[in-house]
Amino acid sequence: MGAYLARRLLATLVVMAVVGVIVFLLLHLAPGSPAAIIAGDNATPAQIDMINHELGLDRPLPVQFVLWAWSVLRGHFGTSIFSGAPVMELVLERLPATISLSLVTIAFAATTAVIAGVFAAWRAGGVLDRTLMAVAALGFSVPVFVVGYLLIYLFAITLHWLPVQGYQPLSRGLWPWLSHLLLPALALGLAYLALIARITRASVLEVLAEDYIRTARAKGASSLSQLFHHALRNAGVPIATVIGIGVALLISGVVLTETVFNIPGIGRLTVDAITNRDYPIIQGVMVIFSGAYVVINLLVDLSYTLIDPRIRR
Amino acid sequence: MSDASLPAIAPVVRAYGLGRLWRRHPTLLIGGAVIAVMVLLAAAAPLFAGNPMAMDPMHRLLAPSALHWFGTDTLGRDVFARTVFGARVSLFIGLSVAFGAIAGGLVIGLFCGFYPRVDAVVMRLMDGLMAIPSILLAIALVSLWQGGIPVVIFAILIPELPRDVRLVRSIVLGVRERPYVEAAIAGGARTGKVLRRHILPSTIAPLTVQGTYVCASAILVEAGLSFLGAGIPPSIPTWGNMIAGSQLYLALAPWTIFCPGIALAVLVLAVNLFGDGLRDLLDPRLSRQQ
Repeated sequence: MGAYLARRLLATLVVMAVVGVIVFLLLHLAPGSPAAIIAGDNATPAQIDMINHELGLDRPLPVQFVLWAWSVLRGHFGTSIFSGAPVMELVLERLPATISLSLVTIAFAATTAVIAGVFAAWRAGGVLDRTLMAVAALGFSVPVFVVGYLLIYLFAITLHWLPVQGYQPLSRGLWPWLSHLLLPALALGLAYLALIARITRASVLEVLAEDYIRTARAKGASSLSQLFHHALRNAGVPIATVIGIGVALLISGVVLTETVFNIPGIGRLTVDAITNRDYPIIQGVMVIFSGAYVVINLLVDLSYTLIDPRIRR
Repeated sequence: MSDASLPAIAPVVRAYGLGRLWRRHPTLLIGGAVIAVMVLLAAAAPLFAGNPMAMDPMHRLLAPSALHWFGTDTLGRDVFARTVFGARVSLFIGLSVAFGAIAGGLVIGLFCGFYPRVDAVVMRLMDGLMAIPSILLAIALVSLWQGGIPVVIFAILIPELPRDVRLVRSIVLGVRERPYVEAAIAGGARTGKVLRRHILPSTIAPLTVQGTYVCASAILVEAGLSFLGAGIPPSIPTWGNMIAGSQLYLALAPWTIFCPGIALAVLVLAVNLFGDGLRDLLDPRLSRQQ
């Protein structure tokens, strides 16, 4: 267990170091000097020289990387070109909206997908199974923003059930918060739900063919107990894996969803940064989102030991 | 040929009649047919679709009618013409990224599978690339390099690459232990020849299937990037650009958003179905289960 943990931690650190190198080199390999990019389109040569010196851009590349990595490790991602505020401050300001959206989405999509996937496997080939697989195929193909506008048009503009756009913090009350997140979470969660439901169905289907399921049935275990106690638990590892890997899908979707629903989160911050060519923000968000993805997958890997005791050795 | 006359162990490659293909692989035919229609419409766009750029401020946001099948947008441009022309960009980007990513994945994956030293370095790089959310990496590449379609293709291709490299590498690692490959190496065949003659053929079927999925994903990412303003320049009609430009008119003129949106969903669904069908057709293990 200790060795497994150490190995996984080390692998995670290596991945993050590589992410750091990629993000760093992107800026330095781009046409035009980094100082010119950071200074923005209206900078004078003197300003560019000053930035070059201030940020140490006149030093050798490896030295620059170490300096940059060190400041990133301490949470300094530089300052926004457009507003002049530290990137970390801007990100922290927008964090609650993005975390709210992600948590509601994961909660809704993962529970629905696992339950639907288990029942689809139980009655493979039946109506529920076919419907679920059709929904899954749609979930992979209809882009987040099209689903989003469709939901807004149906539930907000036509039926007036839910607000069109925007975000309310949880401090304003549970319903205002949740009602602004329901449609975005539904739009964002569709592809994620499709992914998890497919894997759940496939893994449970595989487990249901095992001898011990037949034994459980012979012992007289009820269908529900067979499904959830015997089958789902043993199919747990691939399901947990895909929930973790799917976070990448979710993060890309967050950027689009926040734009469609006008949610002031990190995704909107990034999109606004594109228009202003605010590269420090894009760089910071890349490192933070990649870090979140890697840490979530580390936690998922560690959760295997809870799901499947055989891995604990 | 009736099913009863089939031998007990079905050979992997069989001659298929259209009727049998339809019964065994309907998704392949449906997906393929939709793709074929879209490709034809896109190719013939200048002949029938009208001018996608012509503005007509007197007739803005008109509902779909016999004159304007998909209505008009906020500048009075014909949404049908723009949707048809948008298909050209989507198809071009989807195919370019698919071919580029498969070619790149093939070359890098073959090297990784055969040279452990290269493998150790390249796979760490791929792990890092996979950890960066694809749309963010693409946004960063587009906003740094600035430019038209080639940059967008490159920016979508790079995040797609790791999965293709991994696929090829895993095939190479599996195949190189096989006796026929060991025999070729023992017989003194050069590495290049072993790769080309003995390993490359095993990658063709899985890479063809993977290519269709890459194509579908590239079409989605391009639309997403254009929608966010980090893709194809707004002057070119693409589905993502059309939706981005109509955001404010959802309540007033929903057709300006849903026409390109549905076209996008239908194309991606068709490519995905085609890929699923191809996988069942080319993977004898899966197709025998049916």
